[in-house]
Amino acid sequence: MAKKILIADDEPNIVVSLEFLMKQKGYDVKTVGNGEDALRSIAEFAPDLVLLDVMMPRLSGYEVCQKMRENPAWAGIRIVMLSAKGRDIEVSKGMAVGADAYVTKPFSTSDLMAQVRALLGE
Amino acid sequence: MRRKARFALAVAAAWLLLLAAIAATVALAVADMEQADRATLLGIVGHRVPSLVVAALLMLVVVFFAVRALWRRYVTALRHLAEDARIIQVANPQHRATPGGAAEVRTIARAINGLAEANAAQKANVDRQVREANDRIEQERSRLAALMSELAQSVVMCNVEGRILLYNARAMQLLRKPLDGAAATGKAHTLVGLGRSVFAIFDRNLIIHALESIHDRIHKGERAPVANFVTTAPAGQLVRVQLAPVLGAADAPAPGAIEGTAGFVLLLDNITRRIETGARRDLLLQALTQGTRASLANMRAAVETIASFPDMERAAQDRFIGIIGEEARTLSLHLDNSVRDFADSLRTEWPLEDMRGADLIAAARRRIEHRLQLPTKLESIDEDIWLNVDSYSLMQGITYLVARLADEFGIREIRFALADAGTLAHLDLVWTGAPLGSETTTAWQTDSMELGGEACPMTLKQIIERHDAEIWYQIDKPAQRQYFRIAIPKTRPEETPWSAAPAAQSRPEFYDFDLFNQPGQTPELDNRPLAALNYTVFDTETTGLEPSAGDEIVSVGAVRIVNGRLLEQEVFEQLVDPRRSMSAEAGRITGIENAMLTNQPTIDKVLPAFRAFCEDTVLVAHNAAFDMRFLHMKEGATGVRFTQPVLDTLLLSAVLHPELPSHGLEAIAERMGVNPIGRHTAVGDAIVTAEVFLRMIPLLADQGIRTLGEARAASQRTFFARIEY
Repeated sequence: MAKKILIADDEPNIVVSLEFLMKQKGYDVKTVGNGEDALRSIAEFAPDLVLLDVMMPRLSGYEVCQKMRENPAWAGIRIVMLSAKGRDIEVSKGMAVGADAYVTKPFSTSDLMAQVRALLGE
Repeated sequence: MRRKARFALAVAAAWLLLLAAIAATVALAVADMEQADRATLLGIVGHRVPSLVVAALLMLVVVFFAVRALWRRYVTALRHLAEDARIIQVANPQHRATPGGAAEVRTIARAINGLAEANAAQKANVDRQVREANDRIEQERSRLAALMSELAQSVVMCNVEGRILLYNARAMQLLRKPLDGAAATGKAHTLVGLGRSVFAIFDRNLIIHALESIHDRIHKGERAPVANFVTTAPAGQLVRVQLAPVLGAADAPAPGAIEGTAGFVLLLDNITRRIETGARRDLLLQALTQGTRASLANMRAAVETIASFPDMERAAQDRFIGIIGEEARTLSLHLDNSVRDFADSLRTEWPLEDMRGADLIAAARRRIEHRLQLPTKLESIDEDIWLNVDSYSLMQGITYLVARLADEFGIREIRFALADAGTLAHLDLVWTGAPLGSETTTAWQTDSMELGGEACPMTLKQIIERHDAEIWYQIDKPAQRQYFRIAIPKTRPEETPWSAAPAAQSRPEFYDFDLFNQPGQTPELDNRPLAALNYTVFDTETTGLEPSAGDEIVSVGAVRIVNGRLLEQEVFEQLVDPRRSMSAEAGRITGIENAMLTNQPTIDKVLPAFRAFCEDTVLVAHNAAFDMRFLHMKEGATGVRFTQPVLDTLLLSAVLHPELPSHGLEAIAERMGVNPIGRHTAVGDAIVTAEVFLRMIPLLADQGIRTLGEARAASQRTFFARIEY
């Protein structure tokens, strides 16, 4: 069965590309545009990995990440944070709240795909 | 009487002694005689008793004259000498003893005169030294005051109790507090003033903390410690404060004062704009990084997707290309906006200062006329333009340009124009004559500047760049008018100049070191001498004469007297919207029209500011009962109470001249030799009252009225005290 990936980002222009790429690689993809929807989708969709933008309306990526890590049922879900905030201080915050990887925008899509594959143990 | 008695006694004594001597001689002779001779002698004498009495009386006369002569030559002469000596010592050092009497007495008189001469010479010498020392101090004071008034920084100096001893005009501007609701009129009241507490401006604990940290550091052996802190000024500006102690042995440090410090100096720097600029810079940086990161990420992902799947459907491909185009446009827009919004923040960091364009031009004209002997003129000048400039280098640049024009093209005159051009100002140097080549004008900009033998390390181009300005040469052929145009960004002045303060003029009033010895305002005010108190002399103008019938204050004016000096800089002047109209009579007297009052703050805004102005002082007014009645009527509505002691020049005049019929301000002013100019404005009347009051203080002292308590008691006793409005 195909691994499931949730893309949470409020920028449709990046979502289009990521969704296309992930689908081409054969993943089951769902996209949401804000933090609250992200949490809801995690419960319903039960993804294996979440691509989580930091700056989202309603709930920020940090908060979503923290809430995910508070729920033991979701401990196995991999989290890749995507962010336009590239300072060390923000990277360390992302890792500290429970992200498995922190990718600063702009990024190479092939590197991102490699990272996703590695995190999913493929 | 005593002198005559002593003289009579002396005469009598001398006579009796003489008689006694004769009697003794006769007695001796008689004792030696035979019995028969004695009888014969007795017989002879017995017949001549009257002649003997006459002889004795004659002897008395002789003795009288002899004693009188001696008395005059010695006793009286010495007594006069003693008198003279006392006059020299006590009353008049120039007085000299008149030599008289016996030779010995005259010698003493000459010796006394010699001593007096020596003493006078010495005293003159000491006086001269004191005068010289005072002159030196006075010179240093004026130098300091001059320096302070020119300083771009705000300076406030305080004694240990936090009372202000010295401040400069900048500080007065910075530490103003706008009246609530008066923002539109630009009215504000300064909080600095001689003798005022600095703690009304800055948090007391902040300053105490700074002083304590300095104290600690002095103890640790640091030589010249200063403390820095950032705080908010009354009007909300961010101010960086540097506090330096005035070290000195205060003989008896006030309780709670920092030991070993005589006071402190505050150097204030308005950093509001700098902080704002910094914050804007941060914002810009953020906008440029984060904003571009997102767009770049979107573009890159799209590009890479197309690249990885070259054979994707046409529709999908179009979509990705659409994204790339959209993001590229977003990026361009973002960049444009950033540059526009943050243009001020991107300027070169150079110590520039705000200056009115017209002032810059005036300075340049002086320099050109003086240095180059070239006449200058003004074309149209926009007086409202402010520039942010390094005035020295910019002026050097302008002078250099004009010098080359004069040297190489023989221009006879240079004209200046300054015009508003949106965010920029156009400063033009205009002349008439044959056109210049553009190569020439370009070359001038990069040549190293030399002015009257002084080489300048910069080129004109560099100076212009430093100001983020541009310069170009332009020609207006039909008018034969040519000019260099300097386009330079405008700025807004950081502190709007205070209209009421003729800052540079009466400089010396800005300082009063005597306040160092101020014992502080105590409840024992009544025992303090009148000459040593601080006063707020005020006057109000009103819509009419009957507060109980609804008349209201329309104007409050006040000046301060500190240490016997009228401080004309420290003026409170405020029109008040009375929320009703002026009576025709009041309008005629005061010249205040209803239209002038409509945009003014109301009394509930003005009274708190006025109370702050007269804090810690004794109030003085002419016919104070009238003004105080108006103030008291407002207590309920405004919650502002005026509880300090009040003196009334009308009552004091009645104390001084009870027999005179008129104690109107006009009449008193004339009597006291005060020019009653500018009367019937609140502040004009306050100034006249203050001058009258200052002249009354010594006259009151002549009547034995020296303290506030005595003055108040005397006022109460006068008939006028019973008049009630």
